[in-house]
Amino acid sequence: MIESTCFHCGNDCGKTIINFDQKTFCCNGCKTVYDIFSTHNLSCYYDLQSAPGAIPEEIKGKYDYLDTHTITEKLIEFDNDNTQIVTLYIPHIHCSSCIWILENLHKLQPGVTFAQVNFPEKNVRITFNTEQISLKEVVILLSSIGYEPYISLDDYASGKKRIDRSLIYKLGIAGFAFGNVMFLSFPEYFEISEYWLEQYKYVFRWLMFAFSLPVVFYAAQDYFISAYKGLRSKILNIDVPIGLGILVLFLRSTSEILFDLGTGFFDSLTGLVFFLLLGKFFQQKTYSFLSFERDYKSYFPVAVTRITKAKQKYERKEESVQVYDIKQGDRLLIRNEELIPVDGILIEGNALIDYSFVTGESESVTKTSGDKLFAGGKQVSGAIEIEALKSVEQSYLTQLWSNDIFTKDKSASFINLTDTVSKYFTMAILCIAVLATIVWLSIDMSKAINVFTAVLIIACPCALALARPFALGNVLRIFGKSKFYLKNADVIEVLAKTDTIIFDKTGTITTNKKSKIAYQGLQLTRDEESLLKNTLRASNHPLSRSLYAILAEQNIYTLDDYQEHIGKGIEGKSEQNTIKIGSSSFVGNQNESELLNTTIHISTNDQYKGKYVFYNQYRKGIKNVFHTLAKTYNLSILSGDNEGEKEYLKRILPRKTTLLFNQKPNDKLTYIKSLQQDQQKVIMVGDGLNDAGALAQSDVGIAISENVNVFSPACDAILDATKFDQISNYISISKKAIQTIKSSFIVSFLYNVIGLYFAVTGQLSPIVAAILMPLSSISIVIYVTLLTNIYSRKLEK
Amino acid sequence: MGVIYVLLTISIIVAIIFFIAFILSVRNGQYDDIYTPSIRILFEDELVKESKEKSPVSTKNNQS
Repeated sequence: MIESTCFHCGNDCGKTIINFDQKTFCCNGCKTVYDIFSTHNLSCYYDLQSAPGAIPEEIKGKYDYLDTHTITEKLIEFDNDNTQIVTLYIPHIHCSSCIWILENLHKLQPGVTFAQVNFPEKNVRITFNTEQISLKEVVILLSSIGYEPYISLDDYASGKKRIDRSLIYKLGIAGFAFGNVMFLSFPEYFEISEYWLEQYKYVFRWLMFAFSLPVVFYAAQDYFISAYKGLRSKILNIDVPIGLGILVLFLRSTSEILFDLGTGFFDSLTGLVFFLLLGKFFQQKTYSFLSFERDYKSYFPVAVTRITKAKQKYERKEESVQVYDIKQGDRLLIRNEELIPVDGILIEGNALIDYSFVTGESESVTKTSGDKLFAGGKQVSGAIEIEALKSVEQSYLTQLWSNDIFTKDKSASFINLTDTVSKYFTMAILCIAVLATIVWLSIDMSKAINVFTAVLIIACPCALALARPFALGNVLRIFGKSKFYLKNADVIEVLAKTDTIIFDKTGTITTNKKSKIAYQGLQLTRDEESLLKNTLRASNHPLSRSLYAILAEQNIYTLDDYQEHIGKGIEGKSEQNTIKIGSSSFVGNQNESELLNTTIHISTNDQYKGKYVFYNQYRKGIKNVFHTLAKTYNLSILSGDNEGEKEYLKRILPRKTTLLFNQKPNDKLTYIKSLQQDQQKVIMVGDGLNDAGALAQSDVGIAISENVNVFSPACDAILDATKFDQISNYISISKKAIQTIKSSFIVSFLYNVIGLYFAVTGQLSPIVAAILMPLSSISIVIYVTLLTNIYSRKLEK
Repeated sequence: MGVIYVLLTISIIVAIIFFIAFILSVRNGQYDDIYTPSIRILFEDELVKESKEKSPVSTKNNQS
């Protein structure tokens, strides 16, 4: 059989290939999208990138809430006459074809007047005419072509985000001043005592002074503020010597030109600020399409359907209601694949709730009418009706976020490497400056003040301050390329210090996609296999579907009888044969097994045959990862799941690994806390909301994500699930990066010693400063960038 | 020798004009997304038929 892939989405077409227009498609959805594009002359979409599309999802009724004016009002950013502008986050945006098709949206729907994609943030800004199209129709249009927007409660709550551009301004100003001051000070570098240069040098000097003003008072203000804050809390951070250096540079230069003593050091001053800001800019790598601060809000829908009873008993009305407005006693309709927003009681329908994200249990649970349902679960079989017991803020899940740990700022208590070193550094240069001044006071009074300022100028730790941002900024980028996204550069430093790693089980070391299924029991005959497959075909239960997918191909025929017993199993009948598939008691199994794993039991004609056992599928390379890490780390596994897999895990994992099961979200948090009290630095690797507390409590919280664009809980780093086996590499690179920074400190001290020699002997001329400063900075930058690049080569791209 | 003053003034005015242009471009949001335009510029040629109607990409719409 020839393997064929879908022309639209690139997926394997599997067994049911749809041929259309001489192309192959995996499903009708993809075919429809292709059809839409080709009839609108937009097939160029497929030329830019092959198979760029996504399968459109079923969205019937999902966006009905967009008809409600109070809800749309919050989502729309601009509303005037009949023009509205909305920015929608679309996770599927991933290639140039996506940009092209979205910006040509007006060809599909004339009501859209303008669309602009922001690729790094994965959003599209759509301007549309309300007379021709509504927001709901825009969203449905996007969904129908496979670009379903992701609208969550987060969009609703947050107002317009202001973008902080001050660093770019500062960098621009410093660069502008640096360049111009360099030009203006050039003549004096060579001390050409030509007549007309002599005459104009005052103009040049005052111009340089003018250019340096915005640099000192605007571009460098962060350093002064930070130095002041540091001093007030009695910390000598790196910004103290920097701020002091800048201030002394400016004062001495100004007095020099004021009293006609020399040119001053305006070139070094502006250059210094420019390089420092450049380092800051480089370190500030942000992944704008990811969010590290998410809580339940970005997981929850904006609105749900509320059922209100009219006066007559059987007449019911459905309306969309904002989730914050849900009150106790409200009747809610939860459709298939929708999330339960509040704690409630099941009133009607077959509830099969997937709590894997909330509790870590891998198996969906069946609930019957009258059972209590917790917020955060996802309904996976058909529509249900629930009655709300609490409001959103009071629900069990959302209360987890009221724990103190979520309001504590981790970075505030963190003192980075540079600041640690700078404490001693600042003390040392102050001592040298004072000593040198005292010595010069006894030799040549007039030079003493010159020497004092020269020491402070040359000791300004430019190279020292640049080593860390460039090294860590570079590592941040390298990690980002291999799909390990860090919140900021500090994370690398903390990562290098850790000694304990804790893993969650479900979804972290297991994949949530495929589970391994094994059959135990009597051999099934061919007829039985065929009957089994055909019975499963009719069922919508997730377990049935995964079992169906792995069974051998059979002829499809219609069953004579088919029955579904909620919470028990299914029953199928064809000719004389009947089959029962489901729980152990349902099929009449006498020997109750002790296995805790998920099982499906089979009986034919009331005779017990055997069972299919579902095992968790562990991520590839898990054994290697654990054995490599066990050499240097204490490892534990904390699982919210039952002990079903304990024996297996014990077998494959290193002996030292601690295994704890049935852990509630809060247990995980306290466990980490107790480790931290024993002075351990903990990395938590988790995925779901149930790990959110643990991720926040740990020193480094890493969220594993199958698809980095969809929800992941608040954390310090997001790791793409396919890169799980690289985890030990990331940690070792972080350690190497810190070593690199330390070694570069030594190099920069050497530069300072050379500079101090000039300063202490009273020979610091502007030209020496102008050469030494950029030279030391640039060589340090090259040094750390090269080294970190070499260390990172072993990462697989 | 007064020519030096003239030249200095002109050069600084030119420099400041470019500097203002930079500030304005940042304020208009041109630096918020520095990736997408690099792709967008390649599209124009491939558009078929009614492509000319497409309004020029304006950054003014961005929030400032």
